[in-house]
Amino acid sequence: MLSPVNISMESLNVMTLAPMLIPIVGALLILVLDVIKGGLHKSLYVVLSLLFLAMDFFALLNGANVFSANGTMLGMFDVMLIDGLALLGQFIIVGASMLFIPLSLTHKRFHEFSYPEFFALFLFMIAGFQFMVATDNIILVFVGLETSSLALYTLIAMHNRDKSFEAAVKYFTMGALAAGFFSFGAMVLYALTGSVEINKIALVLASNGYADIGYVLVGIAFMLAAFAFKLSLIPFHTWAPDVYEGASAAMAGYMSIVPKIAGFVVAMRFFEFLVHSHIVWLQVILYAFVVITMTASNMWALVQTDVKRMLAYSSISHAGFVMGAILIGTTQANSALFLYWILFAFTNLGSFSMLWISRQKQLPDHQMSDHSYDKFAGMIKTAPVAASIMGLFMLSLAGVPPFALFWGKLYLISSAVTSGYTVLALIMALNSAIAGYYYLKLIVYMFMKEPVVGADGSTYVANATLALKTIIGIAAIGTIFAFIAINPLLEFITAFVYNSGY
Amino acid sequence: MLDHILSILIFFPALAAVFGFMIHKDSMRAYGIAVALIEFGLSLLLWYAFDNSVSGMQFMESIPLIPSFGINYTLGTDGISLFIIILSAFFTFIGIASLTETHNVKYMIITLLFLQMTMAGVFAALDAIVFYTFWELSLVPMLYIIGAWGGPLRIYASIKFFLYTFAGSLVMLVGMLFMAYFYYQATGVWSFALLDWYRLILPETFQLWLFAAFFIGFAIKVPMFPFHTWLPYAHGQAPTIGSVILAAILLKMGTYAFIRFSLPLFPDASAYFMMPVAIIATIMVIYTAMVAYAQKDIKQVVAYSSISHMGIIIIGTFALNVEGISGSIFLMLGHGVVAGALFLLVGVIYDRRHTKTMSEFGGLAHVMPRYAAIFGLMMMASVGLPLTINFVGEFLSLLGFYQQSHIITLLAGTGIIVGAIYMLAAYKKMFFGEITKEENKTLKDVNAREWFALIPLAIITIWLGIYPKPVLGPINNSVEAIVQLMHNKSTTELAKERIPDLTKHKILVIKETTVEEVN
Repeated sequence: MLSPVNISMESLNVMTLAPMLIPIVGALLILVLDVIKGGLHKSLYVVLSLLFLAMDFFALLNGANVFSANGTMLGMFDVMLIDGLALLGQFIIVGASMLFIPLSLTHKRFHEFSYPEFFALFLFMIAGFQFMVATDNIILVFVGLETSSLALYTLIAMHNRDKSFEAAVKYFTMGALAAGFFSFGAMVLYALTGSVEINKIALVLASNGYADIGYVLVGIAFMLAAFAFKLSLIPFHTWAPDVYEGASAAMAGYMSIVPKIAGFVVAMRFFEFLVHSHIVWLQVILYAFVVITMTASNMWALVQTDVKRMLAYSSISHAGFVMGAILIGTTQANSALFLYWILFAFTNLGSFSMLWISRQKQLPDHQMSDHSYDKFAGMIKTAPVAASIMGLFMLSLAGVPPFALFWGKLYLISSAVTSGYTVLALIMALNSAIAGYYYLKLIVYMFMKEPVVGADGSTYVANATLALKTIIGIAAIGTIFAFIAINPLLEFITAFVYNSGY
Repeated sequence: MLDHILSILIFFPALAAVFGFMIHKDSMRAYGIAVALIEFGLSLLLWYAFDNSVSGMQFMESIPLIPSFGINYTLGTDGISLFIIILSAFFTFIGIASLTETHNVKYMIITLLFLQMTMAGVFAALDAIVFYTFWELSLVPMLYIIGAWGGPLRIYASIKFFLYTFAGSLVMLVGMLFMAYFYYQATGVWSFALLDWYRLILPETFQLWLFAAFFIGFAIKVPMFPFHTWLPYAHGQAPTIGSVILAAILLKMGTYAFIRFSLPLFPDASAYFMMPVAIIATIMVIYTAMVAYAQKDIKQVVAYSSISHMGIIIIGTFALNVEGISGSIFLMLGHGVVAGALFLLVGVIYDRRHTKTMSEFGGLAHVMPRYAAIFGLMMMASVGLPLTINFVGEFLSLLGFYQQSHIITLLAGTGIIVGAIYMLAAYKKMFFGEITKEENKTLKDVNAREWFALIPLAIITIWLGIYPKPVLGPINNSVEAIVQLMHNKSTTELAKERIPDLTKHKILVIKETTVEEVN
């Protein structure tokens, strides 16, 4: 006879779940609404999603206040962990999602946005990402990861082009493999330590002095491979360019930011104790991951003929750059990671949105792919404002001061300098110089070449509506005036990271 | 207003450039001239208000930008930067006034005004990150000027220009971050303020590494041998205005940064690297002078002669004494005026004939006497004829280095002789002899707009050649302060020996005198 379980609601601390529940409720509401009355215009769903995301954001702000006052919160049988990392990660996830969702209000009609399921899946995905970052428990991380990934595969496939199906299937297959790696790695670590919580795993491993180092390494190797798939680190990056190409530009921009920050937060939790455990093998392998990812993807980006593929490789390079912060593992480096990613979110989402508003339905003869370089030739003559904004985003991505990403690079390289990674700092700096070339290539096409005969500027803004222009405007203003926001951001992030013990 | 005059100098042209988008393209030139004239007037006001007796920074402004990371928007000027700021405003004005490119003149002027912002910013910044910001931003307008208005190879040239400098300055950025970190270790607070860094005395090994990191950034900009290959391309492809600004101001950023950063921050390393740098500079002087002699294109001759003169500036800077450094700063101004004028002059003939190959000309003195006269004057100044502006700077630079090494000074001096050879040879090919080409017989002489640009340059060339004191005085004052700071900060024997102590007066001892009685 089992005795009834007595748990007080107080100890559950349901409030920790609130930020995730809001998008889930929103998603269910959208589904119910569709059942009651079908065929509603997409703008309704966009606004509804935006509203729920805004509520989500306010719930996070509330959580941030509580965290500032009381420190880390645990909830739901100590599975939920709301610390500074979780909050920062969620801020970026929800913030970037709010910037993304209005991009579906395009001028031209795209198939996927007419389904309410798109928006429901989108909100489910966000809840999945939020679960991923707000827990210490590997099983919940896995659940969050799979929820979000499955939703994301579907969202990509809904773009309804041959390439999109290819992308979705490729992503799904690779994602399944990564999930396998993740669960195997988690299994090894559970077998070693009897726990699925990262901090307990760390404690147990530290207390026995990493006795079974061989098995620990096996576990780490599998976990590392799983993270490398999600963060598209070389050599586990092969899916990324194809998936970016197959997905719509807006979705590609989204994929370069939100799933990765979720991955970075989990990676930070997982590797934080490992990089300080002086396992030489891990140091070396992480170092190699960082350097190879940065450098090799830069080389590939140099030879691309399509802007979207170039941006895909550049996103991989940025991910490698930021992975350096996890290798360094100091408070400054971890803060730099968040700062970098917030600034990157603005700039990269902006540049992908610029591609998105220039999306054509039919390709003219001279154009090989959707966003080939020569499409942008002479853009300054036909669409000067759009060209200037695109040029601005490219300069920011290249790290030209005072635009947004420069400050992220500055702080991240500085964190490498302060923790003795001099060579890494130099490699980071030189990689920024290499990257300068391919961003410059687009600027050269836009500003210095002659436009294709007969082309007028309308191509570049064919898809623009007020909503899209607003998002691009926000991204551009964020990119230009970032230097004003750096100080408050930095203080906020550093306090949160430091108080979470990272 | 005077409290914020440096900020006004920086942001007034930028604001004017933004407003410029609203102006109709036919009226753009008038607008550009007006804005540049106001900017030039403001820079003269700066000079008027400048206190010549003060050696330190004046007109300082400071606004916290990222206080938690020690980045402040700090500006200030002293005798070293004052005249380069004036020169940049002057050349922006001259450049816009004499602009002959006709297509897209509106965007050209907007770009030039943005460029003026970055130039004023680089020379007025006293915070490493603010300096770096303007330093990098200055690449963008120049990239556009070369890439959009340049010759057939313009895209290659502009990308090469951008990437060389960009790569070099990123290494410099790592150096700056190290410097800030050392400051943090020493004091417990982050700071990128230059005046804070001046107070820091680093161990010699750190100095050597940091000197190298900064050196890469600056040397590419100067450009020093063997990093100079981007410059002939940039000059070869750039439109006249691009070459003028590039030669007159942008190259000076590198040499200015040596004096502002490398010398006072790393005195021991500067003394340590004095000879290697001087040897590179000497190679640069002689080698590029020889290359200049081999050119067929008059613009390339002027471009290589620029590099050659930049070598003399480097030698003067690394003399590490007051004469050498003052001379090198004066030569920066002199070379700015003369090289800028020469590029303008090349532009004059290019506008008429659309070629820069010297063999296409010959006997131009017959059809364009006024052009020949002013070209002759500038050429003589470039060669370093006494009583012209370049002579003062070259003489002082070499005099300064003569105290460190006789043989290098001698070798660098031969560079000037080779300079005379190639310049005179080029002049002979273009202006003397019979007119061989039919097209050249009907060439028009210098017109009013070109006079307007060239006359002030000619006046400055002669005026400062005869009476350099109003400019040299404040420069000397600030340089003395820097040399003394370097001497006080230096820790090694070598540095103490090479950097003079100005508090000890030199005493001349006359060993032997003979008095002869004459009946």
